Amino acid sequence: MPDVSYVGKALPPTAPYRVGREKVREFALAIGEGASVCLDVDAARAAGHPDVVAPPTFAVTFTMPVIEAFLRDPAFGWDYLRMVHGDQSITLYRPICGGDDLVTTIHVDDLRTRGGSHMLTLRCEVADTDGERVATTKLLLVTAAEGES
Amino acid sequence: MTAVGDELPPLSLRVTRADLVRYAGASGDFNPIHWSDRVATSAGLPGVIAHGMLTMALAGRLVTDWAGSPAAVRSYGVRFTRPVVVPDDDDGALVEISGKVTGISENDGGERIAKVAITAAFEGKTVLGRAIAEVAVRSE
Repeated sequence: MPDVSYVGKALPPTAPYRVGREKVREFALAIGEGASVCLDVDAARAAGHPDVVAPPTFAVTFTMPVIEAFLRDPAFGWDYLRMVHGDQSITLYRPICGGDDLVTTIHVDDLRTRGGSHMLTLRCEVADTDGERVATTKLLLVTAAEGES
Repeated sequence: MTAVGDELPPLSLRVTRADLVRYAGASGDFNPIHWSDRVATSAGLPGVIAHGMLTMALAGRLVTDWAGSPAAVRSYGVRFTRPVVVPDDDDGALVEISGKVTGISENDGGERIAKVAITAAFEGKTVLGRAIAEVAVRSE
């Protein structure tokens, strides 16, 4: 049974994550994104960006490990192995680019239990090391009720 | 000029097991339901399934291809309604993606924003629900 006292709270901010140019390229290639601003630093700079531009869903690469660590923490009591991803949204206040140093803060927005199934809404606020907002991601995670699979 | 009702050029994409392995490495999501038939079927799934975030990213290419740059995307959200089952063969799973402009507005920064409703289908059924992207478009 997940601990409802986490609802409304934020976890401690992460150490800065450096967005690597090659990581952006690797991610773009893995999803078949061929835009030159994702792959070629000269093209990105010519378009007015400081470095290669990450595809819109790139933030999962550094927010998911933080979420996973929280969900596997026995203190929270989440059934990690019975979980499915219900929905996901991303708001970008500016593009994420190679060379960014990004700090993620997870907020536990909501937790509901219905018929033995738990629905958890987490929000990740991503900012640069000056505290400027870069992105907000939100996800719903659902565990099946006991006895179902 | 972009207008409500405009249809985006559709995409037909094949997802193979090799694509899942590559995405696992790039994203860091190594959940075995995305590469092991044994684990996937014991979890009650019909077989190895694509990462929901990969399906979301592939569907997002409809919009980034259309806009010409991923930097134009201001927001993007989806619900994962059905898994994409990826067979262990060379053809993989076919995902068909289409979309339409459903609204145009101006944001606080004075940008012209097109709202695009995206449809992603696998075996004739939609795999993403309420898939909507907001994209900055040129005003002239």
